[in-house]
Amino acid sequence: MKREILLGDEAVGLGAVHAGISGVYGYPGTPSTEIFEFVESIAKKTGDIHAFWSTNEKVAYEEALGMSWAGKRALVTMKHVGLNVAADAFMNSAITGTNGGLVLAVADDPGMHSSQNEQDSRYFAKFAQIPCFEPGTQQECYDMVAEALDLSEELTVPVMLRLVTRIAHSRSAVEVTSTPRKQNPLHPTREIHKWTLLPSNARVQYKLLTEKQPELLRRAEASRHNRLELRGKHGVIACGITWNYLLENLPDNHDFSILRIGQYPIPAGKVRELVDHVDDVLVLEDGYPFVEEMLRGPFGLERAVVKGRLSGELPRTGELNPDLVRDAMGLEPQGGLELPTAPANRPPTLCPGCPHHDTYLALNEAVAEYDKPQVFSDIGCYTLGALPPLEAIHSCVDMGASIGMASGAAHAGYHPAIAVIGDSTFAHGGMTSLLSAVQQHVDVNVVILDNETVAMTGTQHSMATDETLDRIVLGLGVEADHLRVITPLPKHHDENVQVFREELAHKGPSVIIARRACVEKVKRHR
Amino acid sequence: MEKNLILAGVGGQGILSIAFVLDNAAVRAGYTFKQAEVHGMSQRGGAVQSNLRYADHEIYSDLIPGGRVDVVLSVEPLEVERYWKMLAPDGWVVSSVTPYVNIPDYPPEDELLAQLTSYSNTILVDAGKIAKAAGTLKAQNMAVLGAASPLLDFTDDQLLEFVNVLFSRKGERVVQLNERAYRFGKAAGLFFRGLIDAGIEPRLALDLSRKMDPSTVDPGLAPRWAKRLKGEPDAVRALLAQEGDIACGQEQ
Ligand SMILES: Cc1ncc(C[n+]2csc(CCOP(=O)(O)OP(=O)(O)O)c2C)c(N)n1
Ligand code: SF4
Repeated sequence: MKREILLGDEAVGLGAVHAGISGVYGYPGTPSTEIFEFVESIAKKTGDIHAFWSTNEKVAYEEALGMSWAGKRALVTMKHVGLNVAADAFMNSAITGTNGGLVLAVADDPGMHSSQNEQDSRYFAKFAQIPCFEPGTQQECYDMVAEALDLSEELTVPVMLRLVTRIAHSRSAVEVTSTPRKQNPLHPTREIHKWTLLPSNARVQYKLLTEKQPELLRRAEASRHNRLELRGKHGVIACGITWNYLLENLPDNHDFSILRIGQYPIPAGKVRELVDHVDDVLVLEDGYPFVEEMLRGPFGLERAVVKGRLSGELPRTGELNPDLVRDAMGLEPQGGLELPTAPANRPPTLCPGCPHHDTYLALNEAVAEYDKPQVFSDIGCYTLGALPPLEAIHSCVDMGASIGMASGAAHAGYHPAIAVIGDSTFAHGGMTSLLSAVQQHVDVNVVILDNETVAMTGTQHSMATDETLDRIVLGLGVEADHLRVITPLPKHHDENVQVFREELAHKGPSVIIARRACVEKVKRHR
Repeated sequence: MEKNLILAGVGGQGILSIAFVLDNAAVRAGYTFKQAEVHGMSQRGGAVQSNLRYADHEIYSDLIPGGRVDVVLSVEPLEVERYWKMLAPDGWVVSSVTPYVNIPDYPPEDELLAQLTSYSNTILVDAGKIAKAAGTLKAQNMAVLGAASPLLDFTDDQLLEFVNVLFSRKGERVVQLNERAYRFGKAAGLFFRGLIDAGIEPRLALDLSRKMDPSTVDPGLAPRWAKRLKGEPDAVRALLAQEGDIACGQEQ
């Protein structure tokens, strides 16, 4: 055993390496990014783990599934909304089952520190009917990923490891093994029917999945991560990281009866035992009221005795913390100082010299000739262009949405229909919508901000930049005359405005690529 | 023993470097620790903070409960104000007074310093000036760490060992500049407190300690400066109004 200082994310990565993965897959997304990057840093030294960012989460998931099919272990990582993109592959991988162990480490973002929503991935695990582990400490991040890989291999199902921001991005010392497990040899599956989900096969496979459920439940009931301690008549169920917030506030000689949940499906037997023992039960979950909602339903409890986010003891939305938990437990608040507060806000901004800034200045000037046009956009550093003083863009929904939405608005007669999208976002989710727009000859102007990197999440490798990007755009059918490339620099401002003007006047699809490297990338990769 | 720190600043100011040094020093000293940090969007010039806890017993929550913060350690003066209400009744504020102005409604310096000096348990240093004197503006974080070090549970060597680990990749020179910033910061903080403990009001203590050439500051001279401030206030004020720095030992 050795001790290492690790982020929760890094502990997951190292745990997976020590459990013998042969590949890590993923698309960057806060707060999951460091899982992949940690494995990547090890893979660079050892050379025996495949580690290359994928184009998007769906691709990543499918690559991981292929690794599993071949009999080796794979870890696939993404943020919560990434799982929406990978959902088709994910749901169906529960039906095919796995060969080598397959673990999906997905990081949720309660409180939306860096996300558009705070969806709770435990619903996805339940939806797919697969086991889910939910670590509360960095040590558990390390330990659980190995357990999850073992379980996946033994029961031939993919297994989810659900993290939240506070565990993903918090460091502590972790005991790690000095005798890592060897990687699996190549042993591809021969069970073709399992992997060919024609309806006739799929029905059989789906039935097999449902028949595994009692075993999954037995494992959860017996899991060391689901511990029940009965004391007094007030009950608490603490899921994942909320266990820490509970312990932080628990007096030494407390009288609470407590069930800790770290492995799903929900251990129904233990829940029943707790519920039969207490008068009321407070449910602590950093995410949606997933367990709480179940308790109100199938377990037939009176509404009054289940406390949590739905009953108002805890806020319905947002991240939990020790103070909110303390309050919900009915304990005295530990007040702070009353000193002047509420200083001026300091929101994030584009870096000085950022190429997006120059592109937006030119775009703003060109569109000023129209009647306050709304510009569709997407997710990346460039989303900061929505804030003052630029206020250049007016939508941000999901990765790639800008092009589809601009097309839909154009169908409705909206003009000018402009989509502003980053190079990595374009590769992730924009290419297919541009193909549609070209095929339908929609009057849209797509501005691709090619800063040659995935900047927002830390300047990772981008799949579609420079000539590759130009060739993709032409390959999708955009006419060469209406593929324009500009260099967003103050000295080119006037000519750039002119390019925007010309393309806005053109009827039909056009693409303007604003190409200049992210200054942060240049700094980091020097 | 349990210490709860909030490290604060603006994205890019090196909060996580301070955390790296303290995390490692804590583990080396045999303490448990947890340290929650901010990644992602706010790192682009926004407000960033990290919750850092170490103790000689097990630590549960990654987030510090309200009212239990022992030290707010901030590389930027405005950022302190976001965390006042988390401070324990006898908690400390250690902050740089060098403003990082990247918002239109940044408060006037006098207003900001008036608020900071209204709280008694403060150690205020001009980290921008100190880091510059040490040889690199980037080392402001290490200057504030040095200023905070007397409140923490580590020796200089225990901390500097990991300053060394952190910067060794960038070469011996960078290591030395950062070490110097740490030492200048520590001296400046002790000098400031020395003036206050000798009965000088905080704003004047800050003005005088900021006026010093950082490489000359000797905390041992604080009582004598305090005496002089009381005995010949006009002379000292004249000194403060002069162009350029003054050497801490100059009037001996
Ligand atoms: C489905 C999904 N996956 C990942 C993310 C996280 N994410 C937000 S922006 C971004 C990268 C954007 O890169 P790019 O389009 O090149 O823009 P840049 O940040 O470089 O300006 C990522 C990975 C997300 N929000 N949604
Ligand atoms: S990281 Fe790059 S793309 Fe993002 S704001 Fe800074 S310069 Fe612009």
